[in-house]
Amino acid sequence: MTDIAVSPQRESSLAALTKHARYALSENPVTGFAFALFVLIVLAAVFGPHMVPYDPLASDTSQALKPPSTHHWFGTDQLGRDVFSRVVVATRLDFFIAVASVALVFLMGGLAGVAAGFFGGWTDRIVGRIADTIMAFPLFVLAMGIVAALGNTVQNIILATAIVNFPLYARIARAEANIRREAGFVEAARLSGNSDWRILSFQILPNVFPILVVQMSLTMGYAILNAAGLSFIGLGVRPPTPEWGIMVAEGAAFMVSGEWWNATFPGAALMIAVFCFNLLGDGLRDLVDPRRRT
Amino acid sequence: MITANNNKAPALAVEGLCVEFRTRSGLVRALDNVSFNVAKGETVALVGESGSGKSVTAYAVMGILDPAGRVTAGRAMLGGLDLLSAKPSQLAEVRGRDIAMIFQNPRTALNPIRPVGKQIADVLIRHGNVPRREAPAQAVEMLRAVGITDPARRAKAYPFEMSGGMCQRVMIAIALAAKPSLLIADEPTTGLDVTTQAVIMDLINDLAAKMGMATIFITHDLALAGQRAARIVVMHAGHVVENAPTGEMFAYPRHPYTAELIAATPDSAASLDELASIPGTLPDLRRSDLPPCRYSERCPRKTDACAQPLPLAAPGATHIVACWNPLPAPELGAPILIASTESAA
Amino acid sequence: MPTMILKRLLMAIPSLIGVVVVTFLLTRALPGDPAAYFAGPAATPQAIQEIRVKLGLDKPLVVQFGHYVVDLAHGNLGTSLTTGQPVATELRSRLPASAELTLLGLIVSIIIAVPLGILAATKPNSLLDHACRVISTAGVSLPVFFTGLILVYVFYYQLGWAPAPLGRLDVFYTEPPHVTGFYLIDSLIARDPETFMAALKQLILPALTLGIFSLAPIARMTRASMLSVLSSDFVRTARASGLSVYTVIITYAFRNAMLPVITTLGMVFSFLLGANVLVEKVFAWPGIGSYAVEALLASDFAPVQGFVLTMAVMYVMLNLGIDVLYGLIDPRVRLEA
Repeated sequence: MTDIAVSPQRESSLAALTKHARYALSENPVTGFAFALFVLIVLAAVFGPHMVPYDPLASDTSQALKPPSTHHWFGTDQLGRDVFSRVVVATRLDFFIAVASVALVFLMGGLAGVAAGFFGGWTDRIVGRIADTIMAFPLFVLAMGIVAALGNTVQNIILATAIVNFPLYARIARAEANIRREAGFVEAARLSGNSDWRILSFQILPNVFPILVVQMSLTMGYAILNAAGLSFIGLGVRPPTPEWGIMVAEGAAFMVSGEWWNATFPGAALMIAVFCFNLLGDGLRDLVDPRRRT
Repeated sequence: MITANNNKAPALAVEGLCVEFRTRSGLVRALDNVSFNVAKGETVALVGESGSGKSVTAYAVMGILDPAGRVTAGRAMLGGLDLLSAKPSQLAEVRGRDIAMIFQNPRTALNPIRPVGKQIADVLIRHGNVPRREAPAQAVEMLRAVGITDPARRAKAYPFEMSGGMCQRVMIAIALAAKPSLLIADEPTTGLDVTTQAVIMDLINDLAAKMGMATIFITHDLALAGQRAARIVVMHAGHVVENAPTGEMFAYPRHPYTAELIAATPDSAASLDELASIPGTLPDLRRSDLPPCRYSERCPRKTDACAQPLPLAAPGATHIVACWNPLPAPELGAPILIASTESAA
Repeated sequence: MPTMILKRLLMAIPSLIGVVVVTFLLTRALPGDPAAYFAGPAATPQAIQEIRVKLGLDKPLVVQFGHYVVDLAHGNLGTSLTTGQPVATELRSRLPASAELTLLGLIVSIIIAVPLGILAATKPNSLLDHACRVISTAGVSLPVFFTGLILVYVFYYQLGWAPAPLGRLDVFYTEPPHVTGFYLIDSLIARDPETFMAALKQLILPALTLGIFSLAPIARMTRASMLSVLSSDFVRTARASGLSVYTVIITYAFRNAMLPVITTLGMVFSFLLGANVLVEKVFAWPGIGSYAVEALLASDFAPVQGFVLTMAVMYVMLNLGIDVLYGLIDPRVRLEA
């Protein structure tokens, strides 16, 4: 029995996809730029810690609060640590938080939504109730509550981000699953004896993925902002871990008295990363949506 | 506005109109050298299959083409003004006042959150030299003129509260509010039931006659065109293939495509078995190697001569055929055979 | 219309129930022992246990929940352990500060975002359109507290144009007599232009911060909605009728395009209520956000509970208001009941 996971339309659609990608990029060069930036961020996350000039945790109070110079490109913070090294090393943690949150919410929300759309009935109602309850809270407030209740570790931050984004993913996945419930290849899979769960995981979920991938890019940006915001009010990562949000929080007090480099460089890094993910998401939307509509 | 004018000059003269669309899959040469005239007060039908370019022609003339479309050549003379090269401010003056259009799908063509009376009043205020205060009352009168009962109450209604036929009447009211000299009706009866179709077409014809207004009536239904128009312009794949008075066209169609179209039109006498279909399909208009005659690839009368550019129409001709091998015309003096469709008034 | 409102209210009830339950569970899960805190560092285990009994903390969770609900029904949100004041009173006195800030931020946002979105939609894929997209995306990519900090650095520290970020009013001014709690309105009512200007000066930077933050979704939605409406059949009819540019774009297109934007406002409010907390911290704003954060860090669960509950209820009410506004503009919703 051949695996019908790759439907015939997908093979030829790779060529169509490249052609469409070229067209979309010509309409919107900003997307190409965003993609290049994304690659840069990944490289920094993977190789950064091995390439930085100083140990991000090494403090030297004699060098505290020095402005940017040739020795310290981004200056030093209040404990004499090199800001540049800390910013680059923090890329790995923030990127990890982003990717992990998005993976988790895709699995949780995607599966729940797809199950709700596919089975209907009680599954649909329960998923709907959970989503409604989550959506009744202002989302950051809920994230605050979850992290406060469970403790501020990186895992809990990731969990809180995933929970807060759950309704959106569930809703999109549910809509797509509803459409595909009666689709030909699903019927074929059912007739060839695949169980419902197999159909869900291997037929429907992969088809829902392209629609969700747009949202996932945007959620990556949100995850980083969320973690940063939590760190800012003291509910995030604990010092001395280098993470962009907590670096801004620690540097905030010094902004008012003029030592701007403490908070500005990690803040700028935050902005560039989130900006990149948002632009990428927009570009992906242009790529994915019109094709879907035909 | 309809003014006393030189009655010889046509209401609209389209000359050599060429339109291209830039799409994801290439450049579509939608219209190629489309020319026809509409005399003052005349009802002309623009007929063709889906994709023949009849609506594109109308949109190009009105200046409301999709942004992906471009007019690459040609003129559309309305009075002394070339609509295709006019400035946006000139166009805004002329639209609604001298030339108006009604569309298919009347319900979506109306603003869903604005009462219909106000939509008519908007046009009156803009073009009709009607003071703002009197516009609502005049709008009610327009609704009465298009045959809507209880117009004062209906003026406050929204499109979703009205039937398709009523929405179409409202659209006619909007189009005719400023008494234009030319109305373009793009498939105004598609989507309406048969009884309503007849009623709407009667309404348009009556109002046009009363106002001395010329009408371009776009349809894929040749029989309907035969009933309602004095002259028929047949389009195929972005070309005008034949342009003749209705009676002549049905009596002796000269272009092979027109003949096939007539044969494919159901009427009360023919049975389904006798219904012919037109062989072949429309050519892909994205091709760069389109032949000069876009019908030649599916034409049973194709000759070697058909590889040349199409013949130009003789000036002043009333029956124009764009074909090197047209069906024979009857000799002068021979009795004219009338086909089974009725000719227009 | 009244039936629509009633229906929406009824639909909101299950959500509110969910909120109450979740809030209760979350705050009971907070680390730290309120009884120990209340008793003080020198208390003996017995004293702590007595206090625990007095606070009702030894009862099973379900019973505690029951008490909680009964209290809620009486408008009693408990007492703060850190300040000793009833939570409901403190929330009520601090709410106007947050509300004034959030509303002003939203107004700033709308004034910038909507025209930006309309302009971008009338010239799609132009330089202006791309610039608008970049600006609004940048606005939402900045962490809101960072935007606040930068604004403080530039406008206070460097340029000296803005006052120090120390709250709602400079030390030299007294607050106007309390009518609404909104300093801007109250100072006008008391005919005190100086206090009005002082309050306004303190409001500018934090409101701008919130405004920049909520620009993007509004601008993006306005643009998308306008683009879609501008290519609709009825706009084509309006153009074909030769209506003026203003009539076509504003009276016909924009009024229809606003509908999805109004729906988006719900989501924007959710962001704003969250961002409020962060902005209040940066600008030392005495609102309910900072109140909650302080309580949270001290494991004082009654204020946190009250805060989360209040925010959620406000959010539900705001969404209801949005639905009503939508119904006012779109007759199809009103009349098709």
